[in-house]
Amino acid sequence: MSKRLIREALNIPSSEITSESIYKQRRRLIQAAMSAAILPAFAYPSFARAAGYEIPDDLPRYPGPAWLRQKLASAVRNPDLSVSDELAPYYHIITHNNFYEFGTDKRDPARYAQNFKTDPWKVEISGEVAKPGNYNLEDILAPHALEDRVYRLRCVEAWSMVIPWLGFPLADLIKRFEPTSKAKYVHFTTILDKEQMSEQRSSFGTIDWPYVEGLRMDEAMNPLTLMAVGVYGNALPPQNGAPLRLVVPWKYGFKSIKSIVRIHFSETMPETSWNVTAPSEYGFYANVNPAVDHPRWSQATERQLPSSLLSPNIVDTLPFNGYADQVAHLYKGMDLAKWF
Amino acid sequence: MVSGEKGRLLRWWFFFLLLLSPLAALFVNLLNDNLGADPAKVIVKELGFWAITLLWLTLSVTPGIKLLGWRWLMSFRRMLGLYTFFYAVLHLLSFATFLVGWRWDILLTELTKRPYIVVGSLALLLLIPLTFTSTKAMQRRLGRRWKKLHSLVYPISLLAMLHFIWQIRSDFGQQLIFAILLAILLGYRLYLNRRS
Ligand code: HEM
Repeated sequence: MSKRLIREALNIPSSEITSESIYKQRRRLIQAAMSAAILPAFAYPSFARAAGYEIPDDLPRYPGPAWLRQKLASAVRNPDLSVSDELAPYYHIITHNNFYEFGTDKRDPARYAQNFKTDPWKVEISGEVAKPGNYNLEDILAPHALEDRVYRLRCVEAWSMVIPWLGFPLADLIKRFEPTSKAKYVHFTTILDKEQMSEQRSSFGTIDWPYVEGLRMDEAMNPLTLMAVGVYGNALPPQNGAPLRLVVPWKYGFKSIKSIVRIHFSETMPETSWNVTAPSEYGFYANVNPAVDHPRWSQATERQLPSSLLSPNIVDTLPFNGYADQVAHLYKGMDLAKWF
Repeated sequence: MVSGEKGRLLRWWFFFLLLLSPLAALFVNLLNDNLGADPAKVIVKELGFWAITLLWLTLSVTPGIKLLGWRWLMSFRRMLGLYTFFYAVLHLLSFATFLVGWRWDILLTELTKRPYIVVGSLALLLLIPLTFTSTKAMQRRLGRRWKKLHSLVYPISLLAMLHFIWQIRSDFGQQLIFAILLAILLGYRLYLNRRS
């Protein structure tokens, strides 16, 4: 019998034991990573080590491009905007992903994104801003110091994880490009690359690629809204949305768009991918709301991963994913059942 | 090919174990921690996938006999039907245990409020009378009514298809394949009906 089953029989949450039992799976992942020349255990300065994050030696680490490493290493924890919940294990964070461009199974992105090319990377800033342009990611990041923030992430599919991101406030980035008074919304676009992303080639897809997400300007400027470049003290793995992704912790995970190549400002509300694909299921706002169910998933509770088989880790979902104090005022007077 | 009674027995065991192997594979993968970071969901989906696959195979017996002349298929129709029920029940049990943790409040709302689960439950419910009247003795006892009762398998297949279709997210490739196969399997019955 595997150790995990024994553990589950004894009802010990798997996060309490460094699970050497996932060894085989890890081996496979490492092999994939090795083939992509992302070697585990690099000698590079790492925030992960300083912060004491537990990354088992047999799992791949993602040091990121050389120019990013010093920045990652000198990140500081922001305790005011971090939750104190127990972190999801590194293994779960890098192998359980919704990144449909690489496949619809949660395990697909970790399998198929290892060779995804994320450096060099350009981001186009366009629309209602004084300084539009096509910028190198390095230049976009240059003036920003990185923070380490532990956020809850709640997926619309009713599972959740607690994740330590490395990033900087989106507000700081937006201010640099000087939006005009007409900038009411921010649009984000994921890279369109049929060669690297198999689902973008699928004939039976329901999403009109590239993936697009968006925020109202005041949501984008909220101090919680993060542009992330790292996780667990290292650079973002490709399956987690490298090299640049959004993290909006009070909204369902699909709002937190990955591998961003375009940030656009406009007066009109963006047509976001899931909202266009199934408007009755996914709204533009997508604020976490236990009172409004999705047709397929109750939003009243969530399974927080890691979840053991025989006693699933079901917890109550909180309004705005527990961030009501910081963001509820943004929606004052709005009927949240209508604007779901 | 072994013939006679011994051959039949061999063939029976072969199919019996073959249809059990997806469950065995799932179990081995679970013991080896091979199902990823969220084995609960993987198990539920795998079992659902095998339930619908076996249902489609059950529906393939008649066309298989009539079109290909494989009369031996007939002796496995019952086994296929029972395996469909078996995997569907495990699918429900793993959903209730691994995903819902037998929280009755959650289970009740899931079973009544999620359209895709309502049709799935209905399909499973309708499979029950078929399962318990699947024996030769029952077939004899019910006579003509047996056939009528067992044509419930057609609405069941439509409900299962709907259950699957309502789960479409970003890709409908799998659902399309199952729908095309079902259209062929049911269309063939319509064609037979028309002719007679
Ligand atoms: C009480 C009855 C049932 C319940 C509660 C139930 C529940 C579920 C759930 C929760 C899922 C996973 C959805 C997700 O991915 O979020 C699922 C998937 C599925 N179920 Fe059911 N189901 C039931 C009956 C059935 C029956 C009778 C069949 C077929 C004969 C079936 C076939 C499937 C299939 C094919 C899938 C998708 C598997 C995949 O994505 O590969 N289910 N079901």
